[in-house]
Formats: sequence, C-alpha cells, structure tokens
Amino acid sequence: MKLDPANLAAIIAMALATYATRVSGLWLLRFVRVTPRMQAALDALPVAILTAVIAPSLMKGGPADMLAAAVTLVAAARLPLLAVVIVGVSSAVALRHLIG
Amino acid sequence: MAGAHQSGLTAPSAWDEFGQGAFAILPAAVAVVPFALLLGALAAQKGLSPLEVGLMSSLVFAGSSQMVSVDIWRDPAPWVLLGLTTLTINLRHVMMGASLSLHLGGFRPWQRLLGVAFMADEIWALAERRAAMGRLHPAYYAGLAGLLYFSFLAWSVIGAIIGPAIKNPEAWGFDFAFTAIFLGLIVGFWRGGGTAVVMGASAIAAVVTQSQLGGVWHVIAGGIAGMLAATLLSLWREEPHA
Repeated sequence: MKLDPANLAAIIAMALATYATRVSGLWLLRFVRVTPRMQAALDALPVAILTAVIAPSLMKGGPADMLAAAVTLVAAARLPLLAVVIVGVSSAVALRHLIG
Repeated sequence: MAGAHQSGLTAPSAWDEFGQGAFAILPAAVAVVPFALLLGALAAQKGLSPLEVGLMSSLVFAGSSQMVSVDIWRDPAPWVLLGLTTLTINLRHVMMGASLSLHLGGFRPWQRLLGVAFMADEIWALAERRAAMGRLHPAYYAGLAGLLYFSFLAWSVIGAIIGPAIKNPEAWGFDFAFTAIFLGLIVGFWRGGGTAVVMGASAIAAVVTQSQLGGVWHVIAGGIAGMLAATLLSLWREEPHA
C-alpha cells in the first residue's frame, strides 16, 4: 500500500503540531497569565480558519454556491452534521443547475 | 487481596470508571462515523492511500484540522504549510489543556503526557464535565478516549477504501461537502455576533490573499485577520461606552 515520503512528512508535521498544542497546556498556567484578550483571540481561531478555507472557493463558485452556503448555515443551526452535509450538497447541485 | 477487597468497597473499580467513560462518549463515537467516512473518502480523492489516512487519524486525531488539511492537500504534500495550518487550528487546545490540567490530580505524569494526546474537543468537554461533578479518574478518561479514537480511526480508513469508487465527485456536488462540513463546524463554535465579525474579517483577508498570492496561504491570512478582529472586539467591549 502506498506511503509517499512527502505525505508521511506532512502527517508527522501535523501530528507534532497537534501534540504540541495539547501538551503545552499542562504547563501554561505556571508561566503565563492568560488575559481575556488572548483568550478571545485564541477562541476566534477555529472559526477564522474554517471561514478562510471556504471563502475563496465560495467566491469562485458564484451566486449558486453562496446561496447554497446560506441554506447550509440555516440547516446547521438546527440539524446534525450529516443532515447538514446532505442538505448542503443537494442544494448546491440544485442551485448550480438552476442558476448555473 | 485484602487491599483489593477494601478498595473495591470504598471506590468504584477502574473497570467501572472505564465503562462509564466509554458509555458517556458513545453518542459522540456514533456521531463521528459520517464525519470520519467523509474525511477518508475526500482524502482518497486527493490521492491519499488508506494506510496514509489511517496513520493521519491515529497520529493526529484532530478532526477539524484533518478536514482542513485534506482540503488544501496537494501533490507533493506542502508539509510546512500543513503543519502550520494544523498548529493554528489546534491552538485552542492550549487553553483547553490548561483548563484540564487543573483536574489531572489523580493522573501519574506519564498518564498526563499520554492522555493529552487524545484531547479531542468531545473528550475534553466530557472530561471537564466529569471533573465538575466530582473526580476525574484516569480510567474514565481512557474510556472516553478509547472508544472515540478507534471509531474515528476505523471509519476514516473505511472511507478511504470506498472513496475512490465514487467517480466524478463534482457532478454529485461532493466538492461542496467540505464547505457544508465547515459551515456546520462553524455553527458549533458560534458565540454570538462576535463570531460573525470574525468570519467577516477572515473571509475578506482570505479572498484578498488568494487573489493576490494564489496558493493556500489564505488560510493563515484568514486566521490572523480573525484573531485581530476578535482582539479588537474584546478591547472595544472592555471600554466603558457612555
């Protein structure tokens, strides 16, 4: 089975990065006083990254994809993740067909 | 024998604790199945083998960051960028670990170092809840971690095996599956209007960076812009407004 050296390097880099974030919290409180501002910045990171990933492809996708994203957001507020994906994908297919 | 008998009377055994942990995580272990399947299938579409997907899930074990990484995966793999992206997405674990460290009194040093490797969001949340109700036992934590870990690992590999069977994913709208998953995850992190401000700042920075630089640096740019927006927002909220 394929194990590409570059892929392995990437997986190891990801593993080390993740473990570093998880283990450093054990000592953080001994050295740093976490200010509310730092807390706010760190809390914002997951949303900021997730948004940054999808924003350019939504722009490229045009109005059909943007509408589908709005539908998906509404669905995400009340449905479990799997249902959100089904609603999102089917609305994207339908809207791309209708709007182009 | 006498000691074992006594401890059996005074406190629930390690196996009881383990079972209770596994039972508590059961809903999350089931809920992760479609997510892991999709992660494996999308990774396979990017050219990763089931072995590579299995290695990633077992060594990284951080679903959102793996999903983002798979989305920006190229051949050859940009390992510096993937490492940096993973680091920024998972920076929240520093705070989660700091909070959890206050409840690890019953853990030996090696149990702490090993335990935090499994600190996915759901495991952290349930461990915090257990600690708030009483004492967090290492065996309870092992029950939480074990079941979710193997469910996530197995289903992501299965996804990687069946993923290549799906031909022409664009025609089925599967390329939008990433977007839908990320929007769903964003809603899970929602903390009111401030989250919308963070999203706006990140989206603008990401779109501008993407159009000027190309590549995948827009992920880092969006992360920095979102953090700046959140910092400014918290400064503004600290100021007294007449």
